[in-house]
Amino acid sequence: MTNENLIQYIYSIADNSLILGQRLGELCGHGPTLETDIALTNIALDLLGQTRSYYQYVGELSKEDLTEDDVAFLRNEREYKNVLIVEQPNTDFAYVIARQYFFDVYHFLLLEKLMESKNVNLQAIAKKSMKEVAYHKRFSGDWLKRLGDGTEESHQKMQQAVNDLWVYTDELFHMNEDDKVVAKAGFGVDNTELKETYYNEVEALLKKATIEIPSTPYFQKGGKKGIHTEHMGYILADMQYMQRTFPDMKW
Amino acid sequence: MNPTQDIDPKLFSILKSVPDPEIPVLSIFDLGVVRSAKLLENNRVKVEITPTYSGCPAMDVIGDDVKKALQENGYQPEVKLILSPAWTTDWMTEEGKQALKEYGIAPPESAEADKKALLGNEQIIPCPQCESTKTKLVSQFSSTACKAMFKCQDCEETFDYFKCLI
Ligand SMILES: [Zn+2]
Repeated sequence: MTNENLIQYIYSIADNSLILGQRLGELCGHGPTLETDIALTNIALDLLGQTRSYYQYVGELSKEDLTEDDVAFLRNEREYKNVLIVEQPNTDFAYVIARQYFFDVYHFLLLEKLMESKNVNLQAIAKKSMKEVAYHKRFSGDWLKRLGDGTEESHQKMQQAVNDLWVYTDELFHMNEDDKVVAKAGFGVDNTELKETYYNEVEALLKKATIEIPSTPYFQKGGKKGIHTEHMGYILADMQYMQRTFPDMKW
Repeated sequence: MNPTQDIDPKLFSILKSVPDPEIPVLSIFDLGVVRSAKLLENNRVKVEITPTYSGCPAMDVIGDDVKKALQENGYQPEVKLILSPAWTTDWMTEEGKQALKEYGIAPPESAEADKKALLGNEQIIPCPQCESTKTKLVSQFSSTACKAMFKCQDCEETFDYFKCLI
């Protein structure tokens, strides 16, 4: 395993948190109620905080003295290794909740394993993040149940969101070449081992929420190889605007 | 669990004088974010702090405030942020919990009670204003990530509850 393998592996974890954090940040001031607005931005803040820890570690590993800002703001679309689900838009509150829940369950299982990493830095970040993600999962799971088992309209919207986002769930368990090398070295997690537990947990909650489990003939993929959906360019344009316009600017 | 802090007694009162920027009645010492403070040769001091939550925006300010307080007392401080072991509400001192309550924030309960209150919606968390436990969870997240929002059904005040993190 080379340093570059490890850096790429860290991107595949941290970029998920960065892009989802950015998406949730867009909702600041636009949540359906004050409490949910505050909750979603709190979750965004946790995710961005976790991202910073990962990127600071990338900075230590890189030969080019990269800062966390370089890593967050100065890569091109193909260099981001996040899964496609986190870049999906905030279509409505049901989508926000379904996207969050599908990601949170995976995130929790991943961190649980990453806590056992042979790499002390990844282990420390995972232990820290785990406590926060437990709260995220509670929040998104509670809302999924409430909306699914709510009014006729909330149920229909929740079902629609679940149907549309289901195709992005399988990619959570894909492994690119770097993932495989790093997992083999005992630093990373073998995502394929999380899949069964994931679907058991998700399907049990969907059932409680009276949401039908969708079936799909195929699943979307590509993010882990840097091939993103059409939404990604817009996210990066918004996110990178300041650094691209005023290079090296500092807060 | 007892805090595993490693703090030179000579620096104790200085660190105790630095307030948390978001909850000024609480010192960063009582919050438990100062993990170690060592006195080295030539008045140099090495301090390690750890964040409550990963995205806690107060950490930079806390680091600067610690530096400033030590400099004012003639020391040359170096402040380092560490992640491991991860912060837990168990590290908050009893004095700190009391200060929170007097300030109107319900201090963290035991992990078990916390779970029942936040997950099972059981009425456990006492209202910091009137002590009633007829309180209801409004939101698992509040003004900051480390707090949840409750409403007292007796005095009808809404209040923050400092969530348990273990
Ligand atoms: Zn009351």
